[in-house]
Amino acid sequence: MTELLIKNGFVFDPINGVNGEKMDIAIKDGKIVEKVRSTAKTIDATGLTVMAGGVDIHSHIAGGEVNTGRIFRPEDHIKDAVSKTSLTRAGTGYSLPSTFVTGYRYSKLGYTTVMNPSIAPIGAKHAHEELNDIPLIDKASFPLLGDWWFVLENLAKGDVEECARHIAWMMQTTKGYAIKIVNPGGLESWGFGRNVHSIDDQVPNFCITPREIVRGLAKVNTMLNLPHTIHLHTNNLGVPGNYKTTLETMRALEDLATNDKPIAHITHIQFASFAGDDWGKFRSAADEISKYINNHNHITLDMGQVTFTDTTTMTADGPFEHTLYTLSKHKWINSDFETETSGGIIPFQYKKNNAVNAIQWSIGLEIALLIKDPWKIYMTTDHPNGGPFTAYPRVLAWLMSKKAREATLKKCHKKAQKKSLLPSIDRELTLYELAILTRAGTAKTLGLKNKGHLGVGADADVAIFNINPETTDIAKQYKIVRKAFNSSVYTIKDGKIVAKDGEIVDNTTPGKTMWVDVRTKEPCKIDEEMKKKFRQYWTVDYENYPVPDHYLKVPQAIPIQGSV
Amino acid sequence: MSVIKSVTCPICGCLCDDIELTVENNEVTKVKNGCAVCESKFIGYRSEHRIKTPLIRKDGKLVPVSMKEAIHKAAEILANANYPVLYGWSSTSCEAQRLGVELAEEVGGVMDNTAVVCHGPSILGEQEAGIPTGTLGQNRHRADLIIYWGCDPWSAHPRHLERYTSFAEGRFEKSEWQSYLKKLKAQAGQKKVESTTRRLSAGVQIPRPQACSLGGMPPSLSKRGRKLIVIDVRKTMSAEMADFFIQVEPNKDYELVQALRALVQDQELDVDKVAGIPIETLRELADALVNCELGVIFFGMGLTQSTGKFRNIEVAISLVRDLNMRTKFLILPMRGHFNVTGANTVTAWQSGYPYGVDFSMGYPRYNPGETTCMEILLREENDATLVIAADPAANFPKKAVQNMVKHPLIVIDPHMNATAILGDVVIPSAFVGIEVEGSAYRMDHVPLPLKKVVEPPEGIISDLEILTKILEEVKAIKAQKTETNQPPAEAKPKAKTETKKKPKSVKKTKKKKEAA
Repeated sequence: MTELLIKNGFVFDPINGVNGEKMDIAIKDGKIVEKVRSTAKTIDATGLTVMAGGVDIHSHIAGGEVNTGRIFRPEDHIKDAVSKTSLTRAGTGYSLPSTFVTGYRYSKLGYTTVMNPSIAPIGAKHAHEELNDIPLIDKASFPLLGDWWFVLENLAKGDVEECARHIAWMMQTTKGYAIKIVNPGGLESWGFGRNVHSIDDQVPNFCITPREIVRGLAKVNTMLNLPHTIHLHTNNLGVPGNYKTTLETMRALEDLATNDKPIAHITHIQFASFAGDDWGKFRSAADEISKYINNHNHITLDMGQVTFTDTTTMTADGPFEHTLYTLSKHKWINSDFETETSGGIIPFQYKKNNAVNAIQWSIGLEIALLIKDPWKIYMTTDHPNGGPFTAYPRVLAWLMSKKAREATLKKCHKKAQKKSLLPSIDRELTLYELAILTRAGTAKTLGLKNKGHLGVGADADVAIFNINPETTDIAKQYKIVRKAFNSSVYTIKDGKIVAKDGEIVDNTTPGKTMWVDVRTKEPCKIDEEMKKKFRQYWTVDYENYPVPDHYLKVPQAIPIQGSV
Repeated sequence: MSVIKSVTCPICGCLCDDIELTVENNEVTKVKNGCAVCESKFIGYRSEHRIKTPLIRKDGKLVPVSMKEAIHKAAEILANANYPVLYGWSSTSCEAQRLGVELAEEVGGVMDNTAVVCHGPSILGEQEAGIPTGTLGQNRHRADLIIYWGCDPWSAHPRHLERYTSFAEGRFEKSEWQSYLKKLKAQAGQKKVESTTRRLSAGVQIPRPQACSLGGMPPSLSKRGRKLIVIDVRKTMSAEMADFFIQVEPNKDYELVQALRALVQDQELDVDKVAGIPIETLRELADALVNCELGVIFFGMGLTQSTGKFRNIEVAISLVRDLNMRTKFLILPMRGHFNVTGANTVTAWQSGYPYGVDFSMGYPRYNPGETTCMEILLREENDATLVIAADPAANFPKKAVQNMVKHPLIVIDPHMNATAILGDVVIPSAFVGIEVEGSAYRMDHVPLPLKKVVEPPEGIISDLEILTKILEEVKAIKAQKTETNQPPAEAKPKAKTETKKKPKSVKKTKKKKEAA
């Protein structure tokens, strides 16, 4: 019967059209309600900004890849040690924080839900074990399916329904939330050290092209009624001139969209918006990409913003990470997963005086500012690829303030200053728009009906920031606003105050792990076929592969009925 | 009687999960699919060496006590110690390992596992050079060149070849089992011919026909299909199975790797031999490395514990990295204990570091050589030790063991092993993977479930339960201590707020501050 009343704050709730109104938010038993009794505990939010808890659509926080990164970068942790307190566990940061620290830091930033966007299905148990140790946030994982042999074989045959049944099985087996696709076709090719270079290249040994994989899985997604769209990391990521591949991919999906709703989410678009034939002629294609998005409604994007720091790149895009190795000669990890996917990790430092890095920094912001509809683009750094999630307030400052952008741009390499489109962009995002980019828009695209907003019935996940929109010019006073976003005055999770002024005050909330329990009309056939092929395809027995229910500390199964 | 399928074997890093057990009257009576070691464990784990009750050393002798008393004594020792070391962890479940990190953090001790005497150098090598690797199935499907370097799978990982490499069926590569059988037949035939010839020739020495060789590779290395090379200081049983055995001089693996790196990058070498191997052989080996579809190196103690240690691993990884510029190559460590990978994995996700984690300052510190168990014992810096799921008394240097027993020693283990015999508090536990379920990580980081197939003996509980009880008791003891108003100097400083460790150099401060 815990009741809480947040009084008199400036509420920004774009899903319900609330733009800075002074409102009370009432909470009871972990949900937003109409009103509460006068005996309810109150928070005086006068002069403060109130938003729903942040919903991060793409951040690598748990699983085999993240942990391998942690192990091989002790130098990343030594500069960021976190002491144990009476309420919280010890740990380390910086770009690859340990699990407890990840939860605490996200909570202090006002985030309450984070999507872990890449898990190899065979390693799903590992991801869930780590997620169990990330407190104070709700989470979900996306299994990597774009190069899974069953997907390649079924789509090559043209049997989309059979593919859909396999995907449904996979969602239940890995306790996953959405279909993740990375460099489709490229990862299977990488099994023998090769890659694909266009969406119509043939994948060796499988008679299928990336175009067919992406289209097939988009159809599967629709058939299964999954809450999110396919989550796609395009081919040729990180290659100069790759914007053409990105546009081709987006065009390839145009005819599959229905009802003006998105059919795909393209992640960390910055890395996929490079123009120029080589690193010398490297320039931004933000113009081309944003023009396309402004004229089409079937794709959503997240930024993948670069920040200037020593961070760690990690993706399932094995060949791309190898390319980064050839460029930087830094220590490099490659990990291929039988039958399924691949991965690579390499430390990377983005420098202002490196022309390419500086242009990359500019690209992410250009795209976010040139896309007119804020419901189509979300703020991420593809943590830790573009920078650690603790840099989010910095990114918000750049988005809301031209002055902030100028201050950084003038320290960048001269070439980047010349090529950047930012001087010609005056747009400064408002608090309302920032709320869309960090919670409302992401929750909507993810299909999380009870998150990202403060309407009655929503989960009581709230963030309160020390920003008074009436007295603060957020564009001019971006430093104050950045500091405010750096640590919430209050973060409330499931109706409990968990963080206050940058400190964790309640560590009893482990957070839920959400997954889609997809039911198809004919499941049995899949199980029999799986059992037969299991020993041929994997080195693990059929019985030992799935993530058992008891693995998730606090599971939240979302029942979904597919139409196959 | 019941037959349980898909059981994961809790012995070595292979973590074979296709074992079939027949269980009758709470005993395993039959083991199917397992190797000899697997069978001996499942059938023989109920030996007379099982500890039957908790024990505490009183007046020099270990006497039976209640679980409550043993737990309390153990908790007391840890709570009152200034610098306890919690060591072992490699033969228990991830669930127990998680508790271990929490306990080490709570008592301000050191969390260390057996990697420190085994593949610790591999982790250090990885931290220097990264690692191009993949799951075992990648090798099964694609590898046509398999190299075992400084390890002997025939003895230590018996089913490795049949499940994951030369004798396994993959999508793109077939098993070489038939070819091996033919070779055995040919060898047997050759022996018969030789012995017959010896009898008939009445002692006259007839020269054996020599295969034409310029010190180069045997023809079997240019065949289609999987090729197996073993590199070791002596001819092991694994080497007998290989298509080619390369005998490297002891402690010269580093030179050999670097020579191969040069050759693989088309550099000329101005010597006749490296590490005792003729240069022509090395040139052909380099050719074989570069011309495969997918090659893999599996390595063991031969590289991690010989001269060079982690530098050997660093350059082996670099060799594989260089090879990836020309073909596809992977490298994997042959992890020994069935869940040492788990110990590293769990410790890393909770603290950031894989082993040798020192919590005495309230935050995790990692400095192998300083914060690792062996060195702490040799310097006699610890004042209490907890050993679980390992047997350091049997394999640590004498000085370290002597120092270990100078201070209170808590041992948690199913067996009365060498360490338990020296313990001050000995708590018997159940076997993970037989009497207790849990999760574990295979040598290639694939997580697998361990089953409970029989009930543990009366009164014997799991590592997880024991550790949970000790942790609770430790917290209670410490709470009492603060209540009875101990002088502040005694208690370890507990920071109320999260304190970021101040960066040691100005350079680092600059990096952290990003200008607006």
